[in-house]
Amino acid sequence: MSAPIQLRPDETFILNVGPQHPATHGVLRVKMEMDGEYIVKAETVLGYVHRMHEKMGENRTYAQYLPNLSRLDYLGALGYTHGHVLSIERAAGIEVPERAEYIRAITVELNRVASHLFWFGAFVMDLGGFSPLMYAIQDREHILDILEGVTGSRLTYCYYRFGGLYNDVDDEFIEATKRFIPNMRKSLKKYAALVTGNIIFHKRLEGIAPVSAETCRKYGATGPVARGSGINFDVRKNEPYSVYSDFDFDVPVYQEGDSLARYKVRMDEIEQSLRIIEQGLAKLPAGPIMTEKKPKNIKLPVGDFYQAVETARGSFGIRIVSDGDKNAYRLKLRSPTYSNMHLFDETCEGMLIMDALAFMGSLDLVIPEMDR
Amino acid sequence: MILETTEQALQALLAGPMPASAADQADVRANGVMITDYKSHGYHLDAKVSAEQLVAAVTIVDENGFFLESITGVDWIKENQLEVIYDFSRYDFDTCRVVIRTRIPREQPVVPTITAIYAGANWHERETHDFFGIKFAGHPHLVPLLLPEDADFHPLLKDFKA
Repeated sequence: MSAPIQLRPDETFILNVGPQHPATHGVLRVKMEMDGEYIVKAETVLGYVHRMHEKMGENRTYAQYLPNLSRLDYLGALGYTHGHVLSIERAAGIEVPERAEYIRAITVELNRVASHLFWFGAFVMDLGGFSPLMYAIQDREHILDILEGVTGSRLTYCYYRFGGLYNDVDDEFIEATKRFIPNMRKSLKKYAALVTGNIIFHKRLEGIAPVSAETCRKYGATGPVARGSGINFDVRKNEPYSVYSDFDFDVPVYQEGDSLARYKVRMDEIEQSLRIIEQGLAKLPAGPIMTEKKPKNIKLPVGDFYQAVETARGSFGIRIVSDGDKNAYRLKLRSPTYSNMHLFDETCEGMLIMDALAFMGSLDLVIPEMDR
Repeated sequence: MILETTEQALQALLAGPMPASAADQADVRANGVMITDYKSHGYHLDAKVSAEQLVAAVTIVDENGFFLESITGVDWIKENQLEVIYDFSRYDFDTCRVVIRTRIPREQPVVPTITAIYAGANWHERETHDFFGIKFAGHPHLVPLLLPEDADFHPLLKDFKA
């Protein structure tokens, strides 16, 4: 469909997609060398919302750094804060009460569903269908209300603490979440009927931008991008953290590697997250939500520490190099979309620009998370 | 399984096994491979190599099916050295995280690029160049990535003043 074509160099022109362009969903620029509607070469330009979060990680204490993590990926912020608290707890040897970990898992999965819903709506809108976005945002709104009730914020959560949580969930949270699950399942059926089976939708995505498993490996792609290319890799399963090994859930994997496969992975993941939430609520143990033996000022032992978590976009890693002080000597944030987007330049060569923009949408980009 | 294979391959390249007691004394550590305590540190294998051995070490990791997690730097200003850290992991249920690190003098921060082995190293190396001024010899396009295109400062150096 989009076979590479041979051109003379003088026939090309440069097209700037972005930095302000609706398809990039943020300030991202792609410099494209075009031959008519075909892309000859693309160069992604990052850094428009770079805020040097890693320097802030060196200047602030570990606790002061907590709010920063939710300002990376504003659609799935809880996953990132989860990674941060887990990394500190691992390095400092802090035990977390089981109830706290269960609530963390439930809220992270709620946040993952919210993130996938927003992506779903925006992605279909990229392809020209406006209504699904409205339905998706409506469903997402329920999650934001639930999370706001317990965390106090709607997007930039700062809910987890080293050793536990900021506050316990109430009956209202549990009731609202229980009500939400069947409603969301109904909506998933609606989305399947409205979008997934649509012939125009299929024609835009099927066989477009195939990414091989080997390309994923060379670029370090993770999350739905890797799973759409036949790689069975989910940090929650491969390197279980928190209480994920207590839950029975599947990791959706599709072999095709095209944009449609990445779409299917995320839609299937919503159902799997609902399963985790359901089990989490059923098993939710009673008990404290904060450990008693938490040191007031956290200092990590000297050395390197790494913690990976599966966020809505893929494997997010925190590497802390500690010199024993109350600040990190070096704090590196391994962002999943950064690696996922990196393979865009190579993959989109020879593609039609509209296919490339659909491909970009299927990567689920959040620009502040790439730029950090 | 993969842990032993990778360790042996890396050890064949480097001098030999490291005493585990040297685990947390990064500043006195000689080149070599050591197995770290995964539970407290979050990775399994830690290889310190010289800049000349870097490409060979990364080739071993590539041949064992690892993917590139990230590349970053650390400024050890007291020792007048810069460190480059490469994180690798595998799409596998037999979890194995490998760290390869190399130290270079602060006055002449040059390491060879690994973009020929891992195409995805391109942005990571550009970012490390942005933040630390480390030059990756042979990199195809070593221009600022996250910093402005005319940036001539390196904000993660410890002596950087805004």
